[in-house]
Amino acid sequence: MNHGPDLFQLLTVFILAIFVGFEVISKVPTTLHTPLMSATNAIHGVVLVGAIVIVAQLFGAGTPSTALTVLGICAVALGTINVAGGFAVTERMLQMFKKREPAKK
Amino acid sequence: MTFDLQSLMLDAAELAAIVLFILGLRFLSSPATARLGNRLAAVGMLIALVAVLYSTHALGWWAILAGIAIGAVIGFFSALKVKMTAMPQMVALFNGAGGGAAGLISSVEFFVSAHPYGWTVSVSLVLSAIIGCLSAAGSVIAFLKLQELMTGRPITYKGQQVVNGIVALGIIVLGVLLIATQGVDPQWVYLAMLAAALLLGVFFVLPIGGADMPVVISLLNSFTGVAVAITGFELNSNLLIISGSLVGASGTLLTILMGKAMNRPLTNVLFGAFGSGGGMETSASSGGQQNVRATSVEDVAVMLAYAQQVVVVPGYGMAVAQAQHSVRELADQLEKRGVAVKYAIHPVAGRMPGHMNVLLAEANVPYNQLYDMDDINPEFPRTDVALVIGANDVTNPAARNVASSPIYGMPILDVDKAQNVVVLKRSMRSGFAGIENPLYELPNCSMLFGDAKASVSALTAAVKAV
Repeated sequence: MNHGPDLFQLLTVFILAIFVGFEVISKVPTTLHTPLMSATNAIHGVVLVGAIVIVAQLFGAGTPSTALTVLGICAVALGTINVAGGFAVTERMLQMFKKREPAKK
Repeated sequence: MTFDLQSLMLDAAELAAIVLFILGLRFLSSPATARLGNRLAAVGMLIALVAVLYSTHALGWWAILAGIAIGAVIGFFSALKVKMTAMPQMVALFNGAGGGAAGLISSVEFFVSAHPYGWTVSVSLVLSAIIGCLSAAGSVIAFLKLQELMTGRPITYKGQQVVNGIVALGIIVLGVLLIATQGVDPQWVYLAMLAAALLLGVFFVLPIGGADMPVVISLLNSFTGVAVAITGFELNSNLLIISGSLVGASGTLLTILMGKAMNRPLTNVLFGAFGSGGGMETSASSGGQQNVRATSVEDVAVMLAYAQQVVVVPGYGMAVAQAQHSVRELADQLEKRGVAVKYAIHPVAGRMPGHMNVLLAEANVPYNQLYDMDDINPEFPRTDVALVIGANDVTNPAARNVASSPIYGMPILDVDKAQNVVVLKRSMRSGFAGIENPLYELPNCSMLFGDAKASVSALTAAVKAV
């Protein structure tokens, strides 16, 4: 995590990304609602990056207490569940979707 | 201290991940590219993870690896074992895990950081803890409901909204207190706020019925996205801010779209306790046909493009709109994709016998694709999509089973037996006979409103693009 950007730079990035989010999926067929939901779910698993950073910070500040170490490990584990499970489940869903396609082309 | 090249590489990796996430989402909105989209996003995630792991200089490496190992085993195992029918609740749990992670990150930060910290950290820490916990607890309840470990019916009681309001107020008060003191306050304030947020997550989902859970999961999904974005403020990470707000925004939009597909506003889903009994059955007979599902050109195009067999049921509406040429073009497009297209001609379709045959012949539709009622009716159960274009009374199942109906006994085309029925119609006005058509309220039926010719042309273009 680099240092430098102030609050307003972060807010600018935040607002612009919201617009991109709306724009990028403005026309989705109902058929894809569930896989798309599942994929976006996997993407917010990027919180795992934050969990890794916080655990590294925790250890960087000296030997942490057992309780905090456990909290940190749980944060990383939950983030990993979100990422791994999210992408795997979406892939399975879309595989099934593929099968329903009758001989394309 | 990191030297420049290294932090540059970390920034580049995060940028690559962000671009791949956005492209992934873009590809996910079309069935043909959806898988590619998911994989692009996964690659982006991998790049981001490798970069951040490298940047930690092995600080706390065993704790990080332990967490990843535990999470990967649980995540992959459950994702691969879960039955397809149990998908929604699985997604709910994964979403809850993400929300929980956001809440835990804030908690570690709260207990470790030197107080007082700055305003940005103070505000974002409190917000991401609240939203993360809310999303985690709500997701668990959604899971329990869908897995039928608890009743799927809405759980309501007198004064529920008031109780929820009080809990929400309590969270706000505690949160403001924490922000104002920048975390100097005793730890119980933080813990009480977490507990209240978890409680509100539970209370929020309790009154929502099982059938509405997909909408709720989508909403909780966007909550977690927002929590992740706010965690990004806390950790000063563009990657988290952008990915989180992408998911927050797209999740919100998806929630609204789902509500629209069910023809109900979001407030009705969240606070309406839909399915708690009563209400809906009576409206059908007294208040006109409210309970129909409007669909969009994109949805119908996808449905048609991936069908095995489509039966077109033309009626007077097609004639009025002069849509027969457009219909022919749509059929050509579908046949190119290997879809079998047939036309079902009801004897009284249109305003004269053979009206449809004439029109279709004019549009060069090969006559061997035109089927009479008796020949096509046994086909409907094998049909993926029945596309009703401007026909009404000839598809009305009331003729078969409602003895009091004025058209009872009239032979009809059994479109209601098809897997999906899409009705192209200008409005909800009733047909020639002036009676309501219960077909439109069937769960396998959706309506595409608009001029028949315009709709069919739009469908043709959309099918081409699928």
